[in-house]
Amino acid sequence: MSELRDLYQEVILDHYRRPRNFGKSPLSNRQANGHNPLCGDKLTVYLLVEDGRVEEVTFEGAGCAISVASASLMTEMLKGLSVADARALFERFQGAMTGANDGVDSLEDLDKLTVLSGVKEFPVRVKCATLAWHTFKSALDESHETVVTE
Amino acid sequence: MNESVHAVQTAPAKPAIEPFDAARARGDFPILSRRVHGRPLVFLDSAASAQKPGAVIDAVRHCYEAEYANVHRGIYWLSERATEAFEGVRKTVAQFINAAEEREIVFVRGTTEAINLVAHSFGRYSLEAGDEIVISAMEHHSNIVPWQILRDEMGVKLIIAPIDDDGELMMEAFAKLLGPRTKLVAITHVSNALGSIVDVREIVRLAHEVGARVLIDGAQAVPHLGVDVQELDCDFYAFSGHKLYGPNAIGVLYAKAELLETMPPYQGGGDMILSVTFDKTEYNAIPYKFEAGTPNIAGTIGLGAAIDYVSALGLPGIAAHEQDLLHYATARLKEIDGLRLIGTARDKASVLSFTLADVHAHDIGTVLDREGIAVRTGHHCALPVMDRFGVPATVRASLGLYNTRDDVDALIDGLGKVREIFG
Repeated sequence: MSELRDLYQEVILDHYRRPRNFGKSPLSNRQANGHNPLCGDKLTVYLLVEDGRVEEVTFEGAGCAISVASASLMTEMLKGLSVADARALFERFQGAMTGANDGVDSLEDLDKLTVLSGVKEFPVRVKCATLAWHTFKSALDESHETVVTE
Repeated sequence: MNESVHAVQTAPAKPAIEPFDAARARGDFPILSRRVHGRPLVFLDSAASAQKPGAVIDAVRHCYEAEYANVHRGIYWLSERATEAFEGVRKTVAQFINAAEEREIVFVRGTTEAINLVAHSFGRYSLEAGDEIVISAMEHHSNIVPWQILRDEMGVKLIIAPIDDDGELMMEAFAKLLGPRTKLVAITHVSNALGSIVDVREIVRLAHEVGARVLIDGAQAVPHLGVDVQELDCDFYAFSGHKLYGPNAIGVLYAKAELLETMPPYQGGGDMILSVTFDKTEYNAIPYKFEAGTPNIAGTIGLGAAIDYVSALGLPGIAAHEQDLLHYATARLKEIDGLRLIGTARDKASVLSFTLADVHAHDIGTVLDREGIAVRTGHHCALPVMDRFGVPATVRASLGLYNTRDDVDALIDGLGKVREIFG
C-alpha cells in the first residue's frame, strides 16, 4: 500500500483532477500530439516560444492520473525557461524516469517533479509519466509527428 | 447410493448437468497457487489468455520427452507415433465442435491467423470489387483489419452492423444490411470487450438466405459455450487454443469441406504439396493444403489435452458455474457507487467491463495489481467498441472455470482500495 501511496500522492491526484494550464492557448505558435496506444492516453501540448524562451505551455487531452498529473506539473515547470534550459530539464526528467542517469536520482532537487519519483517503482507506468514530456519536445522541435509511447 | 431408489428417481426431461466443483478444478492449475506482490494471485484475465491445467503442461512435456519427431515425414516409429498423436487431435477437435469430417479442421496459430487465412484465400478468390462484407460494431481488431486490407486491395465494401446501448447486436438492422452483394458475414460469437453472446444461428440463417457465407470468430465462445458447427451451419469457425486452457500459438479454422476444396492455398511450403517441379506444384488434399511448414506439434498435442480436460469436466457444468459467478459479480459491482458496467446484454458470457467514476482504467489496474489481482485494462483490441460507449478504456474482469466467489470478493475489496486512494 505504501508504494501505491507514493505513486498516488495528493499532489498527483490534485493535478489529475484540476490540471493546470489546461486547454489550447490562443497565443501558441507550436504544438504536438502524443498518444499512448496501450493506455489510450492522448494529449496535445501547445507552446508559445519567443526569443529563445518558452513563454507559455498548455495542454489538453485525457489519460490516467499519472499522465495528466505529469503533463500538468510539466507546464508549471517549463513556463518561462529558456529553450536550452527546457531541453535540459526534459533530458534530466527523462533520464531520471528511465534510470539513464547512472542511478543518480535527479528528481530529488527538481522541485514539484519529485512527487513523480514513485512512478519509478512501477515500470509499466513510466511511459505514462513521460508522454507529455516527449510531446513537449516534439512541439519544441516542430517535428509534426505524433509522439507514440507504449 | 441405493441404485434401485436412484433408478426410480431418474427420469429427467433433459440431461442433468454434471455438478462442477470450481474450487477443486482450481487445484489443477499450478500457477494459481503462486503469490504476486506478496498476495495470492487472483486471476481475472482469462479472456486475454487462460491459465493451463497440469494435464496440458504434462501433455506438452510428454510430447517432447517421449513422442517427439516431425509429423507426416519419417517412416520410423517415433515419427509415426508423433503423427498419430497429432492427427488424433484433429479428431478430438472435430468431435469437440461436431464437425462433419476431420479434414474440415485446419490447424493455425490462432483465431487471428484463421481469419487472415479466410481473408487471403476465400476473400481474394471469391470476392470482387463492389461485393460486401458485413461485420459488427463489436469486433476485435483481428476481425476488422483483415477485411480492411481486403477492402483497400480489392475494392470490396465493409459494412458495419450496429449494436445497442447494452452491447447487443441489433438483429433487425443487421438483417437490413444484407443484400445480393453480401458475400460474407464475419462476426464474433462472444464479444471480448462486452461479453455479449451473439445469436449466430440466426445470423447464419439470414446470411444464407442472401447466399452469403458466414465466418464466426469463436475465440471467446469455445471456452464457455458448447459449439456445434453443423447445428450452426456456419461456413467458417475460428478459435484459439490458449483461451481454451491450451498452449499458445495453436488454433483452429473449421471450414466446410466444399469450401476448403475450392479455396487456393494461403501459404506455400512443405506439407501442403503432393509434388513439386519448377514448372508445376500439385497441392496436397485438404486440410494439409492449408498447413504449410512444420506445424506446432507440441502445441497441437497440448490443445488436444486441453479439450479432453474441458470435456471431462463438462462444458455445461462449467457454463452453469460461470453464469452463476457472472450474476454474483454483476450484482456486487452494481453496489459500488460510480461504477458503470459496459456491456449489459441479456445473453452474456463471463466478462465484466466497467469504468469507475473518474478513475482511469490504468490507475485501477495498477492498484488491483498490488493486491495480486490481474485484470485487463485498456481498449481490449476493440477501439470501435470504446468509441461506441464513449470511453477511452475500461477495466475488464473475465472469469474462467477456476474462478470462485472468493476471486470476485477480492476484486470488490480491491476496488474499495481504489476508492480509498482516489477518494
